Amino acid sequence: MTPNLTYVIVVGVLVAAGVTLLLERSLTRVLMGVILLGNGANLLLLTGGRAGGPPIVGRTPQEEMSDPLPQAMILTAIVITLGMTAFLLALAYRSWHLNGHDEVQDDVEDRRIMDLAERDEGPGTEDDGDADTDDDAPVDGARAVVASTNAGSSG
Amino acid sequence: MLALVAVHALTAVIAPALVRLWGRHALYVVALAPGATLVWALTHTGGVRSGEPVVETVPWVPQLGLELAFRMGTLSWLLVVLVGGVGALVLAYSARYFRSDDPGLGRFAAVFVAFAGAMLGLVVSDDLLLLYVFWELTTVFSYLLIGYDPAKRASRRSAMQALLVTTLGGLAMLAGFIMLGQHAGSYRWSEVAENLPGGGYLAVAALLILLGALSKSAIFPFSFWLPGAMAAPTPVSAYLHAAAMVKAGVFLVALMGPAFAGTAPWRPVLLATGLLTMFLGGWTALRQVDLKLLLAYGTVSQLGLLMVILGAGTRDTALAGVAMVLAHALFKATLFLTVGVIDHATGTRDLRELSGVGRATPALAVVAGLAAASMAGLPPMAGFVAKEAAVEALLHGTAVDLAVLAGVIGGSVLTVAYTLRFLWGAFADKPDTPAIEVKPVSWPFLAPAAVLAVAGAAAGVLAPAVDRLLAPYADLYPTGSDPGYHLALWHGLTPALGLSVLAVSGGVGLFLLMRRERVRVTLRLPFDGAAVYSKVIAGVDRLAVELTGATQRGSLPFYLGVILVVLVVLPGGVLLAGSPWPQRFHLWDSPLQVLAAAVVVVAAVMAARALRRLTAMILVGVAGYGIALLFVLHGAPDLALTQFLVETVTIVMFVLVLRRLPEKFSERPIRSTRRGRVAIGVAVGAVTAGMAYVATGARQAVPISVDFPDEAVSYGGGKNVVNVTLVDIRAWDTMGEIAVLVVAATGVASLIFRHARDLDRRGDIPGGGRAESRPRWLTTGATARAQSVILQVVTRLLFHAIMLFSIYLLFSGHNAPGGGFAAGLVAGLALAVRYLAGGRTELNGAAPVDAGVVLGAGLFVAVGTGVAAMLLGGEFLQTATLDFYLPVLGKIHFVTSVFFDVGVFLIVVGLVLDILRSLGAEMDRQQETEDVEVREKELV
Repeated sequence: MTPNLTYVIVVGVLVAAGVTLLLERSLTRVLMGVILLGNGANLLLLTGGRAGGPPIVGRTPQEEMSDPLPQAMILTAIVITLGMTAFLLALAYRSWHLNGHDEVQDDVEDRRIMDLAERDEGPGTEDDGDADTDDDAPVDGARAVVASTNAGSSG
Repeated sequence: MLALVAVHALTAVIAPALVRLWGRHALYVVALAPGATLVWALTHTGGVRSGEPVVETVPWVPQLGLELAFRMGTLSWLLVVLVGGVGALVLAYSARYFRSDDPGLGRFAAVFVAFAGAMLGLVVSDDLLLLYVFWELTTVFSYLLIGYDPAKRASRRSAMQALLVTTLGGLAMLAGFIMLGQHAGSYRWSEVAENLPGGGYLAVAALLILLGALSKSAIFPFSFWLPGAMAAPTPVSAYLHAAAMVKAGVFLVALMGPAFAGTAPWRPVLLATGLLTMFLGGWTALRQVDLKLLLAYGTVSQLGLLMVILGAGTRDTALAGVAMVLAHALFKATLFLTVGVIDHATGTRDLRELSGVGRATPALAVVAGLAAASMAGLPPMAGFVAKEAAVEALLHGTAVDLAVLAGVIGGSVLTVAYTLRFLWGAFADKPDTPAIEVKPVSWPFLAPAAVLAVAGAAAGVLAPAVDRLLAPYADLYPTGSDPGYHLALWHGLTPALGLSVLAVSGGVGLFLLMRRERVRVTLRLPFDGAAVYSKVIAGVDRLAVELTGATQRGSLPFYLGVILVVLVVLPGGVLLAGSPWPQRFHLWDSPLQVLAAAVVVVAAVMAARALRRLTAMILVGVAGYGIALLFVLHGAPDLALTQFLVETVTIVMFVLVLRRLPEKFSERPIRSTRRGRVAIGVAVGAVTAGMAYVATGARQAVPISVDFPDEAVSYGGGKNVVNVTLVDIRAWDTMGEIAVLVVAATGVASLIFRHARDLDRRGDIPGGGRAESRPRWLTTGATARAQSVILQVVTRLLFHAIMLFSIYLLFSGHNAPGGGFAAGLVAGLALAVRYLAGGRTELNGAAPVDAGVVLGAGLFVAVGTGVAAMLLGGEFLQTATLDFYLPVLGKIHFVTSVFFDVGVFLIVVGLVLDILRSLGAEMDRQQETEDVEVREKELV
């Protein structure tokens, strides 16, 4: 098989535009990137099969038919993209409704860990925030342990 | 033995239910499992005494040479008796110790008996890997038992500390096992011991194994975890941290001692760490005020002593060592149990607050006194017999042995002193402390401790019988010329007896001295296990923060960027470096393609640059239509049809949502990142284009689809090859895809609808519009406000025509362009037109059903088609063709995969309906509610 240069160029441009949009913060733009990228990928699949007449028996002689297999794959992919578009749109709307914008925010918890790393700190005391009932006898025992081991007698 | 382990596992599974049923009394039933172990071991006493091990082998993973190989020799027999006997007694004790309404009791019962099973497996395993599995199981169960009360920070921390320390040792031990096993070609200890490597290899393996044993048995520098583990309930301390788990390390040393005694590091390491641990533990025990901690440090000290005796490596010390294992388990478990009783009776374990307890509970004092006498090494207790044996054995040894003996005597002095401190602290009348109130102690609560104490005395009195039972283990060591030592209460006036007297009087003196003088000597070491532990843990935490902070930046564009750059560098690099670039190519299949391609390229580039949402949306749509045009030119009418329809539905969806979102994208001011994004985009595009070029040119094989047309007609019964591929040849693929559509539709609805009650997606219409709107076909809806009346009427006229067309597409799709996907999209568009013309009233009038019902029905029909084919004896989703004659309609060519296509059709319709209800109708409703709220606010 020889490559169709027109397809190759269109695939490249669609993927380039799609990826550029995908790396944005606005969810609407990300979504448009996904759609362009999806179109590019579909065309990439199509490149793998030869062109020809519609693959309908009786209408086109078999040796002139276009390859039906990539077409079946692309067809499902197109409809999946539709479902995904709907979902991302709903997500964008939800984000706008809750936050007043549709931007993909950085993860707050990850940001907190990065701050800790910059301050050269550890994750802090292991069990902060839990319900503690520290006034029972076994706990006092364990505290005494900590005290005595810290005093240097390791026994 | 496997059956016994299984009994424990089964008991652990049903234990929580038993506890729910009978409360704490269920523990008596649970105690039957370790009780059965004890009985079983006792029935094998005769065989074990005559040196016949009990062997059992069950294949497990033959490919790995892993067998469930069990072997019970003398040493294992002793441990099995202890694990079973003490386990049953402690469980019986627990039935009184806990209250029935204790929330953790069910879990305690389950984990405790599971631990007993794991411990049993550990001591009878012959396969080293199996032993390791049980070893780690005891660690895990111990973790759960120490963390009995997860609400307490101290118990969580202690549990984690014990887990980390013992697991670290366990891993080292595993490495040692593997070294030995790989050398010997077998993991059966009975075979490995016969086939040991030599030199440095053996030394390293021995050290690794020692690391596991020492950490498990809380030997310096790992001692610190054991006192921390006292956060566990007292029964746990009595069993795990006195009789059973901490003995695992001792057991391992005893098991391997006969084989390893001559290895370079074995003896020195054991003697040095053991002696050090013995002194540190004993000294620290003397300074405790909590009775339980006093016992815990005492245990540490005794474990050190056990390591020294068993590590000394002669026949007589080995005999003394196993005798001491027996004695220690009996007296230390007893003492822990009595502390638990005191704790319950008085409400404290602080010896500064306890006074007059001995007078109030004389029976308890007697039980504790018996056990304490054994611990101090007084006749006629088992502890005395064992210590005599140890002293005697060391006395006749080398110079090193004599030095060790001096250490052991010193340790004994400490032991006697802290024993006295325990008895005095727990039971004495203290002049300056008022007598504490003591609740009466019921006999079932006291009985287990009493049984253990009496057993300790009996083992001492019946020393010759014990000697006969344990001697086969000691005889594994080479016996010298002399006949060997025998355990007995009375050997005459020997030097050993003199040393015993010396140790006891020294201990009494030390105790009295410390009572009077309040000695404040703190032993300081340059190297402290607990400090190293906390430093290491803090270091790991810091490392985790640095690593996480450096890699997990929480930014989606960053993550995507990394992935894409890898894509560019690796496959892109391969493209540039090594792949053969095709020399031949063609520019186009038909010149029209260039026109369509130009449209797509221009639209895509402009879409990436657009600042307004609407502009970008239209440009993306144009690119999509351009692709559809390319599909037509390629000879793919089905694709083109679907692409046109999907693009249209997409535009409708975008319009519905974009009416709420701001007009322009929020621009970020940073230009450099924009350049970076474009650079990555261009690079990825170039690599993808390169891959498309190379991959297409590299194709040489005949495509698999060359037979599709024939198969489509003969098996699928249809002429449209693409459609038959979807519903027959690759029907599984389609099945997965429609499932994804259902999930996506559900996701959309759940994102938009805020309350579950709104999810009745027919939706409420103000003024009860649904019921009224249906009969009035060509009149406008009740809530049609701003919409054009003419448009509404026209769409109603067109609606049925479009629906009819969609049905035609559905059924003709098997032989002509069309099919379930295209038909569903057309029907969905008909609904969209109705909605756009008349709002949600019109939509509900056109489709008075819940979108969920449509989706579900579609999935049901699709799956049902497949299952029906299976029920009729075919494969899942196999197609059958029926040709028959009907009056009026004539000859009918019927293909069963049409049903599958109907399912696909319903799901696509359901998806579009769901989108219209969510992104359209529900968003309208929410907007209206907000408008009303705003207006009300303005009025106020």
